[in-house]
Amino acid sequence: MSIQHDESPKLMKGNEALAEAAIRANMQAYFGYPITPQSEILEYLTEQVPKRSKAVVLQAESEVASINMIYGAGGAGARVMTSSSSPGFSLMQEGISYIAAAEIPCLLVNVQRGGPGLGTIQPAQGDYFQATKGGGHGDYHIIVLAPNSVQEMADFVFEGFRLAEEYRMPALILADGAIGQMMEKVYLPKEGSLPFTQHDWATTGKPKSRERNFITSLHMEPDKMESVNLHLQDKYRKLRKEERYELFKVKDADIILVAFGLTARVCTKVMDLANEKGLRVGVVRPITLYPFPSDIIASLATPNRVFLTVEMNSGQMVEDVRLAVNGKSPVYFRGRMGGMIPTPEDILLEVEALAEKHNLIQV
Amino acid sequence: MEHAHEIIIAGFGGQGVLSMGQIIAYSAMKEGKEVSWMPAYGPEMRGGTANCIVIVSPKKVSSPIVTTFDSGIVLNQPSLDKFAAKVKPGGLLLCEQSTIITPCDRTDIEMLIVPATETATKMGKRQIANMILLGAFLERRPVVAIGNVLQALRDVLPERHHHLIPLNEEALNIGRQFAAEQFQQA
Repeated sequence: MSIQHDESPKLMKGNEALAEAAIRANMQAYFGYPITPQSEILEYLTEQVPKRSKAVVLQAESEVASINMIYGAGGAGARVMTSSSSPGFSLMQEGISYIAAAEIPCLLVNVQRGGPGLGTIQPAQGDYFQATKGGGHGDYHIIVLAPNSVQEMADFVFEGFRLAEEYRMPALILADGAIGQMMEKVYLPKEGSLPFTQHDWATTGKPKSRERNFITSLHMEPDKMESVNLHLQDKYRKLRKEERYELFKVKDADIILVAFGLTARVCTKVMDLANEKGLRVGVVRPITLYPFPSDIIASLATPNRVFLTVEMNSGQMVEDVRLAVNGKSPVYFRGRMGGMIPTPEDILLEVEALAEKHNLIQV
Repeated sequence: MEHAHEIIIAGFGGQGVLSMGQIIAYSAMKEGKEVSWMPAYGPEMRGGTANCIVIVSPKKVSSPIVTTFDSGIVLNQPSLDKFAAKVKPGGLLLCEQSTIITPCDRTDIEMLIVPATETATKMGKRQIANMILLGAFLERRPVVAIGNVLQALRDVLPERHHHLIPLNEEALNIGRQFAAEQFQQA
């Protein structure tokens, strides 16, 4: 799918661009509950939607209610979205497990803040495990897209709906407070450029022409429940062809930085600073965190290279990097927590230390 | 422009700190430049101070968060204390005069103290102080053209506020003049 965009750019906050894109993607229902740093999404939709579309925008009584409304409206075949931030998103995990089991497409948004607990409203990436490993109970995954710009906040709404509907599963935009709050230039996707087809599985009533559609996540017979699981796993295997990533100067790199979202932008700055100092540094930015782009990382792993994963958490994605590298290169980690953002200067020091340790200094 | 220009604008909430940043970012975008505007939305904001980092660049902005700046525009003493040391050598530090108790003693940067609030009050509209500062800033660091700033105001402000645009223009010009005179004297 190639998204069509407006010819002239707008200056918008990430959260607003995402909300505007949802309207332009012909979202039919939004259910959510306010929480910093993503409340602009609900605010924007509440203001704009009544003027421009017939979509339902509802501030539910809680996140638990929101996700179950998503389950219901999504089950009826509507294009649905919810958004929250870390503590609120945790409350939705039970519902997401049900939705994944029932194979309902929907778009979820988590504009992460620092945790654990109620934490802080500052940006963080501490929900990587929750997002990529199945945050609720049971064997399931959801599609996870990690935007690193306001442009991608808008584009991934279209991409998220498309993937969710194609694979009949939830898709998550995993952003962070900084991407949500910052303003950048954005070419918005054009309204109506995301086709919508009525789903034949949706619970839209019982016409004479077919049997009743039935959506459930409850299967009491173990053999039936196992076949549902096998089907889900098969779907997740097929999903691997949607892996996406961005590469910067990795071909000749001695040190490869791996980072997603905002941190990836910090790392491209580190790359530039390091390159100026004669260090051969490249960056891999996973765009889909699930499916994780393991193959490209595996193909870059050689004994004379060093990997440094940078995250705004205590080291979560680094586990997937290590699995992909599989012992072929040393893998290091540098992170900040609790709403602190790693600075380019901090990471550069780390890169220089690694270059010295592994004797990678260029003369 | 050849290099990115990284700016910190900081002061109390209500001084027009965030909107000053947005005006620069919007005007630069209209000039075809790459921009980012990153506000502090956390505990600082809730404690009454506000700041934003604006980056204007000829190429895609890598990190929207930086720790040293080409220019600092500070509108209160806590912001001066916090950011004076973060201006790169050879950079510009612009201060609002009325709130500065202890000035900065750095000699390796260009310092400009602007009586923006005082002038704005004389003009009958205290809220215009940020535009005086913006005018002074753009005189010394023309990251965007003044004409495009005025166009930005026309684009962004609702029609009912358009009668204030001439006042904004006057404020920008007063700021520019002040900066130009100070620079000649120095």
